[in-house]
Amino acid sequence: MFEIVERQEMAQGTIISNWIKAPKIAAKAKPGQFVILRANDKGERIPLTMADSDPAKGLINIIYMVVGKSTALFKTLQVGQFYQDVIGPLGQPTHLDKVGKVICVGGGTGIAVMHPIARGLKQAGNFVYSVIGSRSKDLLIMEERMKAASDELMICTDDGTYGHHGFVTDKLRETLEKHKDIALAVCIGPVPMMKFCCKVTKEFGVKTLVSLNPIMVDGTGMCGCCRVKIGGQMKFACVDGPEFDGHQVDWDELNLRLRSYLVEEKVSYDQFKAGHGSGKCSCGS
Amino acid sequence: MSEEVKAPKKEKIPRQKMPEQPANVRRHNFEEVPNGYTPELAMKEAERCIQCKDPRCRQGCPVEVEIPAFIAKIKEGDFEGAIRKIWEKNALPAVCGRVCPQEVQCEGMCIMGKKDAPVAIGNLERFAADQQRKHGRDILPPKAAPTGKKVAVVGSGPSGLTVAGDLILKGHDVTVFEALHLPGGVLIYGIPEFRLPKEIVASECHYLERLGGKIEVNSVIGRSETVDELLEHFDVVYLGVGAGLPVFLKIPGEHFIGVYSANEYLTRSNLMKAYDFPNYDTPIVKGKNVATFGGGNVAMDSARTALRLGAEHSYIIYRRSRDELPARGAEVHHAEEEGVEFLFLSNPLRFLGDDATGRLTGVECLKMELGEPDASGRRRPVPIPGSEFQVKIDTAVIAIGAGSNPLLTKSTPGLDLNKWGYIVADPKTGKTMKPRVWAGGDIVTGSATVILAMGAGRLASNSIHDYLTMGW
Ligand SMILES: Cc1cc2nc3c(=O)[nH]c(=O)nc-3n(C[C@H](O)[C@H](O)[C@H](O)COP(=O)(O)OP(=O)(O)OC[C@H]3O[C@@H](n4cnc5c(N)ncnc54)[C@H](O)[C@@H]3O)c2cc1C
Ligand SMILES: Cc1cc2nc3c(=O)[nH]c(=O)nc-3n(C[C@H](O)[C@H](O)[C@H](O)COP(=O)(O)OP(=O)(O)OC[C@H]3O[C@@H](n4cnc5c(N)ncnc54)[C@H](O)[C@@H]3O)c2cc1C
Ligand code: SF4
Ligand code: SF4
Ligand code: FES
Repeated sequence: MFEIVERQEMAQGTIISNWIKAPKIAAKAKPGQFVILRANDKGERIPLTMADSDPAKGLINIIYMVVGKSTALFKTLQVGQFYQDVIGPLGQPTHLDKVGKVICVGGGTGIAVMHPIARGLKQAGNFVYSVIGSRSKDLLIMEERMKAASDELMICTDDGTYGHHGFVTDKLRETLEKHKDIALAVCIGPVPMMKFCCKVTKEFGVKTLVSLNPIMVDGTGMCGCCRVKIGGQMKFACVDGPEFDGHQVDWDELNLRLRSYLVEEKVSYDQFKAGHGSGKCSCGS
Repeated sequence: MSEEVKAPKKEKIPRQKMPEQPANVRRHNFEEVPNGYTPELAMKEAERCIQCKDPRCRQGCPVEVEIPAFIAKIKEGDFEGAIRKIWEKNALPAVCGRVCPQEVQCEGMCIMGKKDAPVAIGNLERFAADQQRKHGRDILPPKAAPTGKKVAVVGSGPSGLTVAGDLILKGHDVTVFEALHLPGGVLIYGIPEFRLPKEIVASECHYLERLGGKIEVNSVIGRSETVDELLEHFDVVYLGVGAGLPVFLKIPGEHFIGVYSANEYLTRSNLMKAYDFPNYDTPIVKGKNVATFGGGNVAMDSARTALRLGAEHSYIIYRRSRDELPARGAEVHHAEEEGVEFLFLSNPLRFLGDDATGRLTGVECLKMELGEPDASGRRRPVPIPGSEFQVKIDTAVIAIGAGSNPLLTKSTPGLDLNKWGYIVADPKTGKTMKPRVWAGGDIVTGSATVILAMGAGRLASNSIHDYLTMGW
């Protein structure tokens, strides 16, 4: 059992941050790695990136967007309550080498995934430009933490309520034009965002890392559910990734496979919304 | 009176059939197929054993269960005596009685099989174990005094559980590390409920804990901790991580939604209980037309799971013919009874799908014919040119074998691996090239059987005990 010791709602309750007691995982966690969580006996195994960790206190931090049944169920968990299972750290850590100048682009909850990577790149001695974006000002997360993790922070909102009015790709292009010596881009966010960021960086010939989020089950390379096509080769995101060379990713295939259970997900979420709170719920919380 | 003088000719008892759920009922539920012997049936079947002086059946059992001895106890109605006899050699009889390929092991050698049907050794073993679990006294075997030695077992499949059980009884302090959230290995995530109820696996693991062993789930060794880190606080490490790597067909269209590896399909259904979705949260594609590729136990389990998930047609598409099916006889028989449709001598070429929705719509195959025998002695299937045909399916399950999962081996320097990535270990002791590290089960032999994985565990536990007590 893994206790929640701190909980925060962000972006008007659409995004939740939890600090969870998991000393063994905290001791090992590196930027870019993820954990798999299960709320209870009937729960699904849900992969979430560690946005931060505190080995001294034995804590890990997850930040997730509420998108369906399982994340909605997670949202009901309060401080002092428990996740039944937390497994990790999983996946390959990011290579935090010194390459000079880097640009980190994060969108939505991707900002949370990006944060430890940006911080790590800065600590490794790189000059870090960061671009973070969301649909509107209220939905933007982690501005302060990203500011601390970057040398220069740019903000974009789709509706112009804060920072640059437009997509993160605008600022990405602008920065790459201004600073021809940027050696690496890291882009993390929704699939379309990563896909378009990669289009831009490809024009500039800048190597680009992305973090992929296919549907997973075990997270140990046993089931093959998380298979993605990288440069025409089948890779398992949970063990070979989740980070890959963005210019090699077959985005369309990833997008299709993410839609595998649209029907079932709706059934599950609708049942949850109808049952939870009415006291007739089977979710166990 | 003259009739009474002549001893009545002993009536020949036929092999006792185990009562089972009718095929048309069971194909719609996940409950166990055979119900097990009643005590009367078991005692009657036990009478069929002629108690050979030099029992051939025992030679057929990889762990040499004292078969005539335990059968004699059942015949007498001493069921506790029977299970004690079995436990001397086999720690998981409820499992083995259900899943061993008896027809090529113990029963395959039974002398009765020469003229008649062999004694139903597997059924009797299962009976003794079930009887004990359900009605027996709560007996624990005697345990040696603590040695103060610490053993880490990685993987909680049958080989890891055997090593753990043996070494706990010998007084060592054993911790089992399991990557998944439940222990049992393939027994819990792979083999379906209708063939091996999970309650049995849980009870075997619980037994280990009652003996004093520790099981740490959610521990992915190689990530959570490395083997070298384990060696810092354990005297020895046993690797029983199985062959958990899915093999794909490597044909076009494997990305379509509805194409599963057998590992994923069975894990979703068994471990995550997707068959009970949305009561349980994990979904699975419940196809109307399902094709499973392969011919082993894994393929039978997948095709029969598909029926239970509501498939109208569940096909098995296999390259060779019925004679070459490597699955247990009982599984093929049960699958046929339940209505699994076999397409023999057929090889998949590509999956067909709808590019807009990403969903699988069919598979194109090629007909094969049997040619010359290959190295394994089986006749090699050769394609018949121009014989392409298509099958309409919405779900495909690939069950053509498993490979070695590199997650642990890659993070463990000093292990010797063969060209397929399996760990090289001494077949007599399970010792690897790495000091203080033993290995056994599927990660050494490649996909094999429960009892062979347990046999490897037994050899390793003997060797580990020698090392811990005598230093070699
Ligand atoms: C390595 C990795 C790291 C991730 N990190 C984060 C993170 O830090 N923050 C965050 O908000 N999200 C993250 N995700 C995505 C997150 O796992 C999904 O949003 C979550 O599983 C949705 O579950 P649900 O039941 O709430 O929604 P559902 O209604 O089940 O699904 C909504 C969508 O999420 C995706 N999804 C569903 N089930 C899974 C699954 N088992 N594994 C992966 N994706 C699934 C599908 O595309 C689906 O359409 C990560 C995913 C991966 C693979
Ligand atoms: C669907 C199916 C049906 C089968 N049917 C039969 C049958 O009828 N009869 C029969 O005799 N055999 C059958 N088999 C084969 C049999 O189950 C295996 O040969 C046997 O389970 C192998 O045992 P094992 O202990 O070596 O490994 P496994 O049972 O594979 O267990 C290995 C365990 O190690 C864990 N693990 C892996 N990596 C790590 C890590 N890094 N850290 C921690 N834990 C880890 C895994 O999660 C797993 O729980 C079947 C197999 C399958 C898949
Ligand atoms: S362990 Fe398997 S092979 Fe041995 S007697 Fe039992 S069923 Fe037969
Ligand atoms: S070979 Fe058959 S008849 Fe003989 S002891 Fe074994 S089970 Fe009994
Ligand atoms: S999630 Fe199963 S192999 Fe990656």
